[in-house]
Amino acid sequence: MKKIHLELPLTKDKVQELTAGDYVYLTGVMYSARDAAHKRMTEALADGKDLPMDIKDQTIYYLGPSPARPGQVIGSAGPTTAGRMDRYTPTLLDLGLTGMIGKGRRTQAVKDSMKKNHAVYFAAVGGAGALLSKCITKADIVAYEDLGTEAVYRLEVKDFPCVVVADDKGNDLYER
Amino acid sequence: MRDIDTSVITETIKDMCLKANIELADDVSSKIICAKTQETTELGKLVLSQLTENMEIAKKELIPICQDTGMAVIFIEVGQDVHLTGAPLEDAINEGVRRGYTEGFLRKSVVGDPLLRVNTGDNTPAVIHTRIVPGENVSITLAPKGFGSENMSRVYMLKPAEGIEGVKAAVLDAVKLAGPNACPPMVIGVGIGGTFEKCALLAKKALTRNLDEPSPLPHIAALEKELLEKINEMDIGPGGLGGKTTALGVNIETFPTHIAGLPVAVNICCHVNRHVTRMI
Ligand code: SF4
Repeated sequence: MKKIHLELPLTKDKVQELTAGDYVYLTGVMYSARDAAHKRMTEALADGKDLPMDIKDQTIYYLGPSPARPGQVIGSAGPTTAGRMDRYTPTLLDLGLTGMIGKGRRTQAVKDSMKKNHAVYFAAVGGAGALLSKCITKADIVAYEDLGTEAVYRLEVKDFPCVVVADDKGNDLYER
Repeated sequence: MRDIDTSVITETIKDMCLKANIELADDVSSKIICAKTQETTELGKLVLSQLTENMEIAKKELIPICQDTGMAVIFIEVGQDVHLTGAPLEDAINEGVRRGYTEGFLRKSVVGDPLLRVNTGDNTPAVIHTRIVPGENVSITLAPKGFGSENMSRVYMLKPAEGIEGVKAAVLDAVKLAGPNACPPMVIGVGIGGTFEKCALLAKKALTRNLDEPSPLPHIAALEKELLEKINEMDIGPGGLGGKTTALGVNIETFPTHIAGLPVAVNICCHVNRHVTRMI
């Protein structure tokens, strides 16, 4: 198993180096967004408005954390099922999104778009939210605060562990 | 006749919410720890050791095991010699969930209307299943249910002629479709018999049974064992990344059914199979 330490943002040349099955530790900035935030972002784009962040070369973590206790950066913070975001994803990939972190299968349409746009899909361990929260060193809400856990957070992570499930060459680790 | 003020139920449920979400029951956690020593794939072993470490951090630092602290499912059995006083029972239960999820820093994951989708902000309402039973006690089981795995659950209305082979095929089909989405290793709750809604309820109830206690019915216990073996040969593995730890257990509950039917419900749960029971 190949273990790689990778700095974010995730430029397309870094994406091209990755292959399904690689074990990666991510360090840098990423954004959280799940169902409701994806819906709002897509609606904003349809209305000709900007996204809450410049998405080029960025990574979205499909996450809705539990609330932080006093003194904690964030509460439990593991991945949610990526497939629910599939209908919104190709639009974001066309705008330059290069990384996604979640768990579970993606549609062929998403994988085709990842190939075309050079993007990668990582899986973090589902149900390991306490452990993964330890890799998040800073968490700030940047949009849609009214959505509660579904708000968009800017996250700073250090050595966040995940595995490349789908790469930009059409490989999918779940389809063995 | 025994008087019980429902404020006692509120307090009990509040405590149970925190307990269930911070610490897995021994039957589930010991199965994860045991699987770690038996898994053969490199990625599978890595995932299982992360899950073990995750449980330790959760317990020590009071961080939920999983950020999806679920929709609160409550099975409450009220003895028929109990006289409940105070707030109405369902209000008292929801108040317990409200306090547990708010004071316990648990995630609020419930939307008030399934189509309008505005978060209720306090994880209520709970899904409540009440039974009146003999005696003068109240027994409460809380099982917070995450939706990554709930979404992969299914009901199959089989024909009687499909028999036990049909049941096996249905369970294996549901597990295959669930795959990596349901955060394997999974726990599989199966309900066989009853009606459309009864078998689903049996499947949910099955998830709350101790994984070390097979069904008391010999043919069902044998089916549980066989299905677990077959599921663990599917190579879904921890995190869906391959390996022989796809499920930690298969629990089956049954009920009489109609001459024309063989309903089977498969309630998929992840390794974060939370359940706590208290007696008042
Ligand atoms: S399926 Fe279970 S382990 Fe996975 S995110 Fe949901 S509650 Fe957590």
